[in-house]
Amino acid sequence: MKYNALAISDPDKLIYGVSPNPVTTRHGMVIGGGTVYPELNFTLPDIKIEAASMPEVRRHYQQIVTEALTRAAELEAPGVMLEFETLPPMTEFPDFGMDIVKILLEGIETAHEKYGLKATLRATPNDNREFVRPPLMRSGRYWEAMLELFERSAEAGAEFLSIESVGGKELHDDALVNGDLREVLFSLCVMGVRDMKFLWDHIVPIANKHGVYAAGDTACGFGNTAMVLAERKMIPRSFAAVVRAVTAVRSLVAYECGAVGPGKDCGYENPILKAIPGFPMSMEGKTAACAHLSPMGNLAAATADLWSNESVQNIKLLGGMAPTCYMEQLIYDCRLFNEASKDGPEAALQLRNWLVKSDAGLDPQAMIITPESSVAIANAIVSSENHYAAGIAAAREAIRLMRESSESGCLKMEAKEAAWLDRMEDDLDDMPDTEEEFIEEMMEDVDTDKFVPEDYELPALALS
Amino acid sequence: MSNIEDLKTSVINGRRKDAKQITTALLEEGAAPEVLLEEALIPAMSVVGEKFKNNEIFVPEMLVSARAMKESMKIIEPKLIEAGIKPKYKAIIGTVEGDLHDIGKNLVATMWKGAGFEVVDLGVNVAPAAFIDAIEEHQPDLLGLSALLTTTMPAMRETVAAIKAAGKQLKIVIGGAPVTQSYADEIGADGYASDAASAVDLAKSVLPA
Repeated sequence: MKYNALAISDPDKLIYGVSPNPVTTRHGMVIGGGTVYPELNFTLPDIKIEAASMPEVRRHYQQIVTEALTRAAELEAPGVMLEFETLPPMTEFPDFGMDIVKILLEGIETAHEKYGLKATLRATPNDNREFVRPPLMRSGRYWEAMLELFERSAEAGAEFLSIESVGGKELHDDALVNGDLREVLFSLCVMGVRDMKFLWDHIVPIANKHGVYAAGDTACGFGNTAMVLAERKMIPRSFAAVVRAVTAVRSLVAYECGAVGPGKDCGYENPILKAIPGFPMSMEGKTAACAHLSPMGNLAAATADLWSNESVQNIKLLGGMAPTCYMEQLIYDCRLFNEASKDGPEAALQLRNWLVKSDAGLDPQAMIITPESSVAIANAIVSSENHYAAGIAAAREAIRLMRESSESGCLKMEAKEAAWLDRMEDDLDDMPDTEEEFIEEMMEDVDTDKFVPEDYELPALALS
Repeated sequence: MSNIEDLKTSVINGRRKDAKQITTALLEEGAAPEVLLEEALIPAMSVVGEKFKNNEIFVPEMLVSARAMKESMKIIEPKLIEAGIKPKYKAIIGTVEGDLHDIGKNLVATMWKGAGFEVVDLGVNVAPAAFIDAIEEHQPDLLGLSALLTTTMPAMRETVAAIKAAGKQLKIVIGGAPVTQSYADEIGADGYASDAASAVDLAKSVLPA
């Protein structure tokens, strides 16, 4: 573990707009330097992406960047981050992806020249490695194409590189629907951690080579899948909350490898991570309901340095095209955060506390990312000697926090949810002392046909 | 001495060993395998499905029951085949080309199995031609298509169109986050389910009784 102390140990210092290690963009946005900026994310309506449809695809992105940045200028936004999260064919065929990167960068420069708007681009190639089954995580055309898109995006001028990586997901979906905490820990803290290290050891040098920022990863495919399943009442919220706490261990690896933030919006584990290395974080909440529902729409903003909408299709709403409408919503939210900050630390803290209190007692998933809980879980992580132990410690801390909050009446939890706390605690009590023992046990239990053990440095042959 | 009700209870409670033991005992005592299926296993999973629909249990608990049913089916199935008894309905399911999401699709497959359907799961990222090949091979009554991305919805439309163009006669139902009943109507699918819990009712409503 690279970090053994917290950059932010006082929960009152874990607040929106401010991080100990801000990052500065070419146009002068200082993310984490006292101002919360909007981060707009967008996607296409139902269009199949192929060579023949690329003119239409380009028109969509051209419209998005032009109209959304014009509105941002009209509303005098202090700065804007655009996130281009590719759709699978755009990573598979980097020329498709680069067409869009160029359109967005040109739009950013035009808005700067025309309106003086400070804007920047986060490029997030989607992780296509799972398109082959079992996924090839360290080789093959999907891996090569993804690296090519990172490289060319950075070279073209995308200032931030991110990804929602999928290492460990081969087992994690089943672990979620089976409510299997051991398999969750194996997916995130054994497989996920190994893949993150390999992946970010490739992304960070690309960023460094082109003078851009390796921003960070997110366990979206893990924690947010759990959150969405919990929202649909398919798995317990208390279980999803523990999964969230454990995802922080996996996402932390990007920063251990040299990423510097801002962490990506859909990482609801980001408040925990902000406390550890002290890098700025993007968050999403109520303004991301266009993409998925969540139980922490206000609370998520409490520690945000960028405030995002996750993703919205470029479709027409009454107010305008959806990305433009969302840009406006994000800007108004940010105005409120920044206005409170202008009135001094007490006012900022008051607003932050309202954001926290409005959600925290209503859902375990919200409760475990309050500033207090985030610092407690972050502490459990940095006090551990390795990622395996950190995963167990994060899970135990999340359970303790939920149990205490529920017993004190601060957290509303149904009996059938609370019963899962005991079940998960039993699972943790049965965990072996060392990662080696755990790997040995799990390689006997899990479906090893679903992944390539060698790609995770797992000794399949020795155990078979 | 075991009875049908014990088998049903063991499945509802997700007790795999009991389900296996009671199934074996009942067959040894002369119970007909189709009776165990029709009067214990399918009703048990129907109870479990209702509990899930009513938010009394979560998916993990439902899957524990499904696994208990599976243990029983491992014993019953060869005997059903021996007796020439086929499941009433056969279904194929898959996530369309370009889409890798499979949690919802897997749950629908589990629910359909629980309702006594034979289910062939083609997995994810399935091309229209692969669906057609599978339809030719398995001759199903029902096809389930899943998509989670707006940009893979067109693949759903293409798949339905390709199946119809190939002259395949079967019911097609669809599901997935961006999909709606209107979209099902638009692309010529026979139905849409908003979640796994309602997928059984949907399937039964479009299939002949």
